[in-house]
Amino acid sequence: MIGLQILIDGFAISSLYALGAIGFTLIFGVSGVLNLAHGGIMLIAALIGWYVAYTFNVSPYIGGAVGIVAGLISAYATYYIVVRPIQRSRTIPAEEHEIFILTATLLWGIMIQVGMDFLFTDNPVTMRPLLPGVISVLGVRTPKNEMMIGVLCWVVIGLMWLLINRTRAGKTLLAASDNPRALGLLGFEISRVYLLAWTIYGLLAGVAGVLLASFLGISSAGAGELTASAFSIVVLGGLGSVTGSLVGAYIVGYLETITAYLIAPTLRPIPALLLLVVVVYVRPQGLLGRR
Amino acid sequence: MTKLLHSRRLWIAAVVVLVGLSAPWWLSAYFLGVLTTAYYFGVFAMSWDLLFGFAGMVNFGPTFLIGLGAYGAAILNAEAGMPIPVCLVFGTFISLIGGVLLALPAMRLRGAYFGLITLVAVLLMQYAIVIFAHVTGGEIGMTVPSVLSIDATTNYLYALIFMVICGIVLYGLSRSAIGLILEATGQDDIEAAALGFNVAKHRLAAFCISAALSGLAGGMLVFYLGAASIDTVIDLSIGVQIIIASVLGGRRTILGAVIGAIVLLLADELLRPLGQLNTFVVSAFALAVILFFPDGLLGHLLHAGERQ
Repeated sequence: MIGLQILIDGFAISSLYALGAIGFTLIFGVSGVLNLAHGGIMLIAALIGWYVAYTFNVSPYIGGAVGIVAGLISAYATYYIVVRPIQRSRTIPAEEHEIFILTATLLWGIMIQVGMDFLFTDNPVTMRPLLPGVISVLGVRTPKNEMMIGVLCWVVIGLMWLLINRTRAGKTLLAASDNPRALGLLGFEISRVYLLAWTIYGLLAGVAGVLLASFLGISSAGAGELTASAFSIVVLGGLGSVTGSLVGAYIVGYLETITAYLIAPTLRPIPALLLLVVVVYVRPQGLLGRR
Repeated sequence: MTKLLHSRRLWIAAVVVLVGLSAPWWLSAYFLGVLTTAYYFGVFAMSWDLLFGFAGMVNFGPTFLIGLGAYGAAILNAEAGMPIPVCLVFGTFISLIGGVLLALPAMRLRGAYFGLITLVAVLLMQYAIVIFAHVTGGEIGMTVPSVLSIDATTNYLYALIFMVICGIVLYGLSRSAIGLILEATGQDDIEAAALGFNVAKHRLAAFCISAALSGLAGGMLVFYLGAASIDTVIDLSIGVQIIIASVLGGRRTILGAVIGAIVLLLADELLRPLGQLNTFVVSAFALAVILFFPDGLLGHLLHAGERQ
């Protein structure tokens, strides 16, 4: 019985992790940017979505939609205010761009977290369930909302897969992750490709934030943790590999759920962190990463 | 040209030290306390700059090394009742071991991968402290029976002298051949290796020095505060503050890190009326410095001198 419970809970949480991590890895794959303000963007989407739904007493779907738009806007803000100036800077040597982007997005993430803390306090908030009610699967009572979130995550992931592999715009993204210079020589405007990547990223982070608020709840204090978990999943699976991130998300999600159920909820993140250390030592490119 | 640059740095440092030494006569005990903490942070930030600015290693977990030194010293003091110097040596030694442990992945990993390992190291240490709460005091922290001194001025002077000694050691190191080779490995390790320099050896040395000084400073801070807790020496936000201080002052300058730490902690005090927004303002200021003056406060000053 507990096995089934772990299976169901692990599925929902892993799918949510996957959704959060995919955008993160996409941005890295396309433009080499590790966005340490990632948790902050999820936080903005979740808190604004919750605030709209709660204050104007509208359905969580409308609140969620507003939250996703807010996530998109904050992703654009991250790109235009923080990342692009560094990428284009002449005073910062090219080999130090990565370090500067890491530090700058870290600061930006702190600003977002403190700003949200100021506006909404750090009390955890939970969005009303998108789908109320409970169903019983072979004797395990599960909220319908949890099942639906798992499914919704996969719908969004599927749509993104179609967008990247089946459309022209998506193929330019893939090309940019292979060789941006060649893409530029072929007459594509690289900054447009980056903008597209950040748009997809903003939407994914926004959806992940809103769904997280609806499933587990969210607090402004958790922004750093969200970034750290996306970061570790992505490195575990292999930086820049979308499939790797999916695999990584499921490993981390299930490891955490199993630990929480079978050992102790307080030790929840530890086995995943240890696994991460081992993988990075033995296989630095991650499980499915290419070098 | 280099002579002018050198004398300019020396001049700035001398004035800072003199002003610092005279502070007990004209500053209130309260601000002496703030500055005492700031000086220990200065050492943290300088040690971080040696790894980041020179060796090019993104260390998101400076508090891993600091925490090892701090808790190592605190536990020996509380459990075995050893005198402070013995505890400090022990803490430094533990931290040194931590430095070697961190240097192992640094031999193979670069950039973000290494950054993540350091981040995970801090998280794991935090969990370990909570799990072994009977020795470490867990989330609440532990008090140590011994303190450096109960007099604000004495504590202040300890911190100042300690910081100046660390500053001289690290600055001297950064100007020496070792510092230059380290800088070369940070910028392009393959080329540095091709030129015949032993990258691994220099990188390991950088980690050991950075770890030893961080750990020692962490131990001193514990005996100044009379307590060791996650919030004061380990939490990720402490690590972020060290990073901000170092970048604010100017990376690859060592001494800039001290200026950054003092500016940061004073700003933190002076902006206290803003409440929560205080961190927001400080982070925004640091971000603006990164975007507009990537060389930091001291770096900008020195480069302006170069151009003249």
